[in-house]
Amino acid sequence: MSRRDYLFRKLLLSLVTIFMVLVINFVLFRILPGDPVRAVIGRNVKISAEVQQALREQFGLDKPIFPDQFFNALRQWAQGNLGVSWSLRRPVAEVLMSKLGNTLLLIGLGQVLSIFFGVLLGLFAGWKRKTPFDVGALTFSLIAWATPTFWLGIILLAAGSTWLGLPTGGIVSPENVGKPLYAVLPDLARHLVLPTLTLTILYLGEYMLIMRSSILEVLSEDYILTAKAKGMTNWQVLWRHGLKNAMLPIVTIVALNLGFTVSGAIYIETVFSYDGLGKLFQTALIKQDYPLLQGAFLLLAVSVIVANMLADILYTSLDPRVKAN
Amino acid sequence: MRESWLLLQRNLSDFWKTFRRNQMGLIGAFLVGTALLLAIFAPLLTSISPMETVRTADGRALTFAPPSVHGPLGTDDAGHDIWSQVAFGARISLVVGFLAGFIAMFVGSLLGILAGYFGGWVDTLIMRVTDVLLVIPDLPLMLVLVAAIRQLNLKISPLVILILVIGLLYWTSTARLVRSQVLSIKERQFVARARAIGAGHGHIIRKHILPQIMPLIVANTVLILSTAILIESGLAFLGLGDPTQPSWGTMLNFAFDRNAISNGAWWFYLPPGLAIVWVSLGCVLLGNVLEEMLNPRLTGHHLEGEARVLSASLKSAEESSEEVSHG
Repeated sequence: MSRRDYLFRKLLLSLVTIFMVLVINFVLFRILPGDPVRAVIGRNVKISAEVQQALREQFGLDKPIFPDQFFNALRQWAQGNLGVSWSLRRPVAEVLMSKLGNTLLLIGLGQVLSIFFGVLLGLFAGWKRKTPFDVGALTFSLIAWATPTFWLGIILLAAGSTWLGLPTGGIVSPENVGKPLYAVLPDLARHLVLPTLTLTILYLGEYMLIMRSSILEVLSEDYILTAKAKGMTNWQVLWRHGLKNAMLPIVTIVALNLGFTVSGAIYIETVFSYDGLGKLFQTALIKQDYPLLQGAFLLLAVSVIVANMLADILYTSLDPRVKAN
Repeated sequence: MRESWLLLQRNLSDFWKTFRRNQMGLIGAFLVGTALLLAIFAPLLTSISPMETVRTADGRALTFAPPSVHGPLGTDDAGHDIWSQVAFGARISLVVGFLAGFIAMFVGSLLGILAGYFGGWVDTLIMRVTDVLLVIPDLPLMLVLVAAIRQLNLKISPLVILILVIGLLYWTSTARLVRSQVLSIKERQFVARARAIGAGHGHIIRKHILPQIMPLIVANTVLILSTAILIESGLAFLGLGDPTQPSWGTMLNFAFDRNAISNGAWWFYLPPGLAIVWVSLGCVLLGNVLEEMLNPRLTGHHLEGEARVLSASLKSAEESSEEVSHG
């Protein structure tokens, strides 16, 4: 199968998955209580029966659920119309966009740091297999895997705020809200320390584990033996032949982990009252703000699926050996 | 019948001989075992009910009492005994985790066998569904699902909803693993011979394929259990547990919501989290060791010194010749 066929299949799969997400979103939205008209105009706005009827017709709610209402919903979503949040009384799309940047900042920092340290430590652990360093690294990653994200967050929150005087939540201190970014940068950094640390510790373990097994596999290839026989030092072999080849699986894992990262953001933003999409999702859940919940789910799911597809494309251009299966 | 029992007995004693020497496995078994004992004997190990309020001599509720005041683990914001909550919470956490894990194992094995054994459109359909499930972010999906199911007012316990949602979403890795095993087993000669003498699909699956993949399914299930327990704790922390039957995750939800952190009540938020780590770590260690024993992998690489390289390449030569003879 050629690279083009492979990419075509991936694209098709992504489209099918997005379609499934849309169907799930539509079906769940119909199960949840409340009039869809209310979802759009807000729960507490008073309107007359005639206006309500006019709105019902405008939204096509007098038509059958399938296909009319379903395709109508698709059209609305495609235009970025996700309804109005019941608790915030603002358009869902607008609320989501206002929180997106904060979440990307947190996830981005956490991912970059955990990939950097994970790759470095994993490389070393694989090279020095079965030494105390390797055993320590393995033990760490096992414990990190078995630790609930939110619980590590709670512990770091308690420890960091008590002993280091770090802020217990939010993105900037109340007195700094609304000031320009450059003025609040040090304050922002102080607020980011604990949530970023939590994310990094948790994801570090997994990247380390993947890198370790990947480098072990690469180091048992014949070209490593050849490089060694040419008289290269261990460091040279590791750097020139080991690292580059062993890095490949990391690309796929970053993509596959995106869903996991989103889960992490929901837990960590909840624990640290960090004003992002994750916290928003949790609030929507608790307040039973369904339009917001549905909109957030749609945004998170579609971004993860698209990012996954992009990672696949990147992977095939990095590794020409990639074939389907 | 007698013969197969003897065989099983010999296999088990061989298994135990290898397992006994594996430190990781023993630690894992110890962690899981102690948690099970705690859950089973919770009433014997506690002196007070988790719902009962501890009171001072003058009748006031003893709230946020540290372990030094009320042993062994202090009290929460309502004056309830923490140790007792941890012990009884073990029952909820383990039951939800285990049932969800078993559902995932059952669904995954069934679909994996169907996909691997029958191939064709059955295989394509099942594998595409796993592909789709793999890419949709799991926590948001579960949260939306649980929220929607709860709104249906079906009068079922929130715990049952959790069990079903976790169990019916986490079967994909098992299905893939089982499928790949079935694919290789069904090409072996004994299956072809069984088919040649007229054995039906049901017979071949039960008598020839299931016994071969059963050990791997067991190892995989132990690993799935740790995921299920972690997921349950997370959903409960986000408020989707049953407040009247608190699991460890629900306890952490209470601790977080009721300001255990700002009150410095570490005895409220540390024990339930440690318990979750205890069990999930135990399951991971046990599962990894079981999988390793059943599915040996690479043992060396080329930067480790001459002797090992030689033994490793000999070993890989052996392995590849074995593969040839299997094929």
